[in-house]
Amino acid sequence: MSTSSILYDVPGPRAKRRDLILNVVFTLFFLAILAFAVYAAYKKGVFDGRWSVLWDPPKNQTGADVWHSLLVRGLGATLLAAAVAAPMALVFGGLLAIVRRGARRRVVSGTSVVVTEFFRGLPVLLLMFLAKLVFGWSPFASVVFGLVVYNLAVVAEILRAGIAALPSGQREAGYSIGLSKMRTTLSIEMPQAVRIMLPALISQLVVLLKDTSLGFIVSYEELLRVIKSNRDYFGDKYLLPLFFVGAGVYIIINILISRLAILVERRMRRSKHVARTPSGEAPLAEGAAEAQRYTANTGYGTGQPPGP
Amino acid sequence: MEAFIDNFGLIWGGFLATVSLTAVSGLIAFAWGTVLAAFRVSPVGPLRTFGTLYVEIVRNTPLTLMFFFWVFIVPTFGIVFPLGFWPAVVALSLYTSAFVCEALRAGINSVGVGQAEAARSVGFTFSQTLGHVVLPQAWRSAIPPLISVLIALTKNTSVAAGFAFTELVAVSQRLINANPVDGFFIFVGIAAMYLVITIPLGILAGRLERRVAFAR
Repeated sequence: MSTSSILYDVPGPRAKRRDLILNVVFTLFFLAILAFAVYAAYKKGVFDGRWSVLWDPPKNQTGADVWHSLLVRGLGATLLAAAVAAPMALVFGGLLAIVRRGARRRVVSGTSVVVTEFFRGLPVLLLMFLAKLVFGWSPFASVVFGLVVYNLAVVAEILRAGIAALPSGQREAGYSIGLSKMRTTLSIEMPQAVRIMLPALISQLVVLLKDTSLGFIVSYEELLRVIKSNRDYFGDKYLLPLFFVGAGVYIIINILISRLAILVERRMRRSKHVARTPSGEAPLAEGAAEAQRYTANTGYGTGQPPGP
Repeated sequence: MEAFIDNFGLIWGGFLATVSLTAVSGLIAFAWGTVLAAFRVSPVGPLRTFGTLYVEIVRNTPLTLMFFFWVFIVPTFGIVFPLGFWPAVVALSLYTSAFVCEALRAGINSVGVGQAEAARSVGFTFSQTLGHVVLPQAWRSAIPPLISVLIALTKNTSVAAGFAFTELVAVSQRLINANPVDGFFIFVGIAAMYLVITIPLGILAGRLERRVAFAR
């Protein structure tokens, strides 16, 4: 109830009774809907032999073959694309943010602003098609290209927001001990910005992993496409169990990464390695509004406590 | 360059398709997301559980998977849509509503507890507290993230290209295949069409955010 404390007073005896009644009513309501959905699915014959594709598939295949294709080939390809793209996006995005903040010439920092704004506003799929159709690259290279180019812009923007959230005394301190603009950015601002924005950066990894599934559209053999080719091989009615396995895999992996973001966020709030603002607040709180904008895709890393 | 100008009618059609897909699914997502946010802060346990489950599952699901579900899985249950626009609207609005819900909920959580306590202590009723004190403040801080959600939605409509709906990316795919030499110009042109929507919205979000920050 902690999230509701702002909206509701401590309930008295009447409110408690009403809450109890509403609880029972809505529990029954949702159970009824669930029961109806299961019954309707049963009527359509969803619970027939089709689920056996997961342990005893037809056409002389074994359950191990199916799981191998799903988890090793499909999930493997998905994770490979993410694992190749994520470090590149982080490195290039970091470089872009450093150049934007630290470059002495305005032409140089202006260029990085344009690059960031340009690629941040484009759909990942369009970038994948650019690589595939215009450059003529392989599906894997196209997927990685799209993911890297889009996410490097997002990473650069996240880090820019992190730097903006630091108290200005940090930068002035760097200048006053004679550091150059670039040195100040590199040794004073960036380390703190990365710390502040670590939760946002981790939740961007969830977005990146989710976007690997766009590979389905540019014919990269990832999890979703493997599910489809399994369907083409075994037959239409086996699609449902295969899909549920794929969806479950995606959701479990993403929830795990999201939990990591929340864990890091909690630790960050206790960190003593980030400068406080004059009012004594951690800049994380100040950067939270910014962070919220850039992580609207996941909702994590918003500086808010996670839901109930 | 010529290919882009010659086919501008086609590209304009794609642009309108992208915009209408964004508008229709944005409206539905906003309505359903508001209901979900109300569920998530309500005092009724089952509603909160439903809202939490929905948001957790949907925002950890790739959008492509969501499209796949509505285009390939739902028909096996006997519910058949005409292919193209409507499955895309359903997938996009169900997906986006989870993020709308979270933006609104974060807005409500950002209002200090002292505000509601102060309202109650001067004798406001529940609906007065909500209507005059909490929601106006929550709404303000929720607008910039909501605009970000709208920007993300605009870009996300491109996934519909992979599921038989002809919008900007599908048009670009067709044009590049037909005019391989002009491919890069076509890409730049299509990119500009997206930036025309996303960059002004981003600037608007930034402006509003600064105004909201001063209002605090």
